[in-house]
Amino acid sequence: MEIFNNILIYFVIVPLLTLGGLAVCRNQGIKAIRTVAVIGASVLMVLAAMLVKIFLDARAGGDTSEMILRSDLLWYAPFNVHLALGVDGVSVVMILLSAFIVFAGVFASWKMNPLPRQFFMWFFLLSTGVFGFFISIDLFTMFMFYEVALIPMYLLIGVWGSGNKNYSAMKLTLMLMGGSAFLMLGLIGIYFHSAPEGQALTMNILDIAHNDAIPHSWQYVLFPLTFVGFGVLGAMFPFHTWSPDGHASAPTAVSMLHAGVLMKLGGYGCFRIAIYLMPFAANELAWIFLLLTGASIVYGALSACVQTDLKYINAYSSVSHCGMVLFAILMFNTTAMTGAVMQMLSHGLMTALFFALIGMIYGRTHTRDIRDMGGMMHIMPYLGVGYVIAGLASLGLPFLSGFAAEMTIFFGSFQHTDTFHRVLTILATTSIVVTAVYILRVVAKLLFGEVQDEHHRSLTDATWEERLSTATLIFAVAAIGCFPNFFIDIIKGSFYPVVEALQAALPNVM
Amino acid sequence: MNFNLDYSQILYMPQEIGLLVVFLLVFLYDTFMPERTKRYTAVFSVIMMAIYTVYCFCMPVVTGFAFGEMYETNAPTWVMKNILNVGVVLVLLQAVKWTDSEFVSVRRGEFYELILLTLLGMFLMISSRHFLLFVIGLETASLPIAALAAFEKRHYESHEAAAKYIFTAVFSSAIFLLGISFVYGMSGTLYFRDIATMLLGNQSALLIAALAFVIAGVGFKLSLVPFHQWTADVYQGSPTAVTSYLSVISKGAAAFSFLIILVQVFGAAYSHVWEWMLYAVIILTITLGNLFAIRQRNLKRFLAFSSISQAGYIMLGVIAVNVMGMSSMIYYVLVYIFSNLAAFGVIAAIERQTGRVTMDDYNGLFKTNPWLAFTMMLAMFSLGGIPPFAGFFSKFFIFVGACHQGSVAIYALVLIALINTIISLYYYLLVVKAMFLRQDDCVIPTIKSHWTERLGLILCVLGVIFIGLISCIYTYINGSVDAISSMFAIIQ
Repeated sequence: MEIFNNILIYFVIVPLLTLGGLAVCRNQGIKAIRTVAVIGASVLMVLAAMLVKIFLDARAGGDTSEMILRSDLLWYAPFNVHLALGVDGVSVVMILLSAFIVFAGVFASWKMNPLPRQFFMWFFLLSTGVFGFFISIDLFTMFMFYEVALIPMYLLIGVWGSGNKNYSAMKLTLMLMGGSAFLMLGLIGIYFHSAPEGQALTMNILDIAHNDAIPHSWQYVLFPLTFVGFGVLGAMFPFHTWSPDGHASAPTAVSMLHAGVLMKLGGYGCFRIAIYLMPFAANELAWIFLLLTGASIVYGALSACVQTDLKYINAYSSVSHCGMVLFAILMFNTTAMTGAVMQMLSHGLMTALFFALIGMIYGRTHTRDIRDMGGMMHIMPYLGVGYVIAGLASLGLPFLSGFAAEMTIFFGSFQHTDTFHRVLTILATTSIVVTAVYILRVVAKLLFGEVQDEHHRSLTDATWEERLSTATLIFAVAAIGCFPNFFIDIIKGSFYPVVEALQAALPNVM
Repeated sequence: MNFNLDYSQILYMPQEIGLLVVFLLVFLYDTFMPERTKRYTAVFSVIMMAIYTVYCFCMPVVTGFAFGEMYETNAPTWVMKNILNVGVVLVLLQAVKWTDSEFVSVRRGEFYELILLTLLGMFLMISSRHFLLFVIGLETASLPIAALAAFEKRHYESHEAAAKYIFTAVFSSAIFLLGISFVYGMSGTLYFRDIATMLLGNQSALLIAALAFVIAGVGFKLSLVPFHQWTADVYQGSPTAVTSYLSVISKGAAAFSFLIILVQVFGAAYSHVWEWMLYAVIILTITLGNLFAIRQRNLKRFLAFSSISQAGYIMLGVIAVNVMGMSSMIYYVLVYIFSNLAAFGVIAAIERQTGRVTMDDYNGLFKTNPWLAFTMMLAMFSLGGIPPFAGFFSKFFIFVGACHQGSVAIYALVLIALINTIISLYYYLLVVKAMFLRQDDCVIPTIKSHWTERLGLILCVLGVIFIGLISCIYTYINGSVDAISSMFAIIQ
């Protein structure tokens, strides 16, 4: 079949094969399980690197089409559902990010206990959903992969998590599924208005965008449905409450994958479906969501200041940073949107790094409360340095990823000349200061403070697989910070169609 | 109309004839075979039924009328009956070991004979185009189930279930017949088509009352709220094999015939009336079914309430009244058969060996019986509509089919149904939580299931995983419904 000549389909097939491989090695022991998982994750890394190469070559070769690597396989003829594949710059960097985090996540869960085989099986099912979501351009398949990525969380948190895990797992699953219920109605509504009268309905995002046939009255209903649907996963205030509990209870690799990649599904969906397909309502209703995302940014940062559990601090910081992603997307200009994707990358990598380090520290000290720890810099210097680097990236130090992202976002946001946008941008900027407060507070207490527990003096530093996991992520964080233009060039072109659609839908242009 | 009763018309009903042959074979085998071979009755009937089912799939579709147009067979009825056949094969397969048990084995044959007979009644319900034939089908499909419900003679609950079932069945038939008599009084005919023509120019309160009575009568069989009260007790008290039969096959057949009556009899003239009746019924059914299911600890009772709310989702396909809605509904029933039978198969296997059916008994099941727990989890995910399992596809399609009708009211209805899927997901996850997350001191010991149970469960699991991913099943159903798309044209 023609579709198998497309590299994109292998992003779904490889995790599924890994899943199958894990299912087969029932009595093989932990070594075989690790080998299969590492092979799967490495192949995904290689595929992602190849994809970036193919993308750059295509763009350099003058291919200016909106999506490259298009394939189409008719799936459900009565609904005109296709297995439609295609990527633009944003999807390419998202796939790269996911591959990185899956790779790091496998090493971060090296000593997973109990039931390591089942853990990795669910882990790879989750990544199947994530990759499938980023490669599809058909509403139905996208939504299907989206939900495939959500449900493994329940068992991953419920079985392998810690703390109040039953409650957190249920809360997270129900809230995210609640979001996807709104989303499903939104998608069905979009489907029935996807083409002008008399033409065949379609689920293909590009076709819907070109038809631009959704009546304005319907856009007023469907835009909030889809935006909130994805916004729940993007931890938009006031739908963020699953995030702190969920992240705190999840095992390390799941926190990494969830904060690092899954929350990006929300931002990506908001931009790819809600805004791109319904530009009229996006222009009209953006102010509501700007206020909500502005609230996420400030509220998340302030909440992080008063937490004492390392994972809660990081989860609230994620709410703040993911709020920034949605905030920038809603600014509707190329600069801010590019910044949003940079922020997705940056946040994905540094949060994964944070969660990996927290998991490693927790695995040694068996506490995550910063009041019970101190002086870790002397005890485990490798992990300590890693934590400082992640913290500095988070508060936006130049040459690390956070700086490039936040700079671009605020630069783009301030291009709006009206008071509303400027005031909101200034308010959002304050979060940088607050971020510095909570990061430095943790660093001071956790790494350089007094040793609180004499047993902690005997703890060991990172093992080789932990070093590999974190080094991969630190490398990526620094790479984005030092060479942001490499990524910005990939991303930037993807926003022209969206911004054009938004401009065309402005009432005063008519 | 052709009233000549030449017997060649029987050729129009090959599925019924085939089923009758299977029934007779099982009957003769059970009656005349020597005692020691009798214990193969169960396997014999499963094999016969399976052969017949496969044969029906391979046969070209017969379309046409028989017996003075009282009976019609066409592509959709053909598909519906095939789907019911598949479900019955699975039910019988899962029941094999149970019918070998000490007190049941004496009446082993009866179980299979009665099930096949009720199935015959359901076939007549689906195919009838005349209320007389319909009522014959309805009664054939209802009364033997009471005998089946009372099958566990030693159990008090089984008797209670049978009594409750027979009373409600008789009562609902009475209401249904009252409705029919109103219609007959107004129109002087019992043919669906003639009634529909008469109704077109005729709006009266009596006919609206008749419509309400018909909905109530069939609503009992479908256990729609507010006609659902019998469901939980009967499901809980009946032997699990009978419960699974009741919850999937009986419900599926009722839904199919309900759709046909609504569209062919009341559709054209009264769609505005029954639409609003059904809106209320669907919202109540889905919501109340879900809310009551949350509190259940007995899994059979739990699945009873879950099946009430599932019936509400099935009705979404009925209310759409278009090709997409009808094919989505048939597809939904197919997926529902597989998912629900997977759940009941696990419950039956565990109940047969340990007698334990409450949710707390399932705590930590994953440790001792990983495969049963896995199957149960798939069933729950599929019922809750989680991809990539079949339930997700059927839910999505039934919502799309409903929204295809296009009114704002139906979007609101779908939104309510969608919010309810979250509630339902909560209680389905409770079962998963018990099996995978909880620990218990007295976990159910590792169960050695019989090969028939295992085969039944494997088939269900394969169905749950692949029915959604393989699109040709839906396309096949859609194609056969498309053949009668003119039926819907009169309504729009």
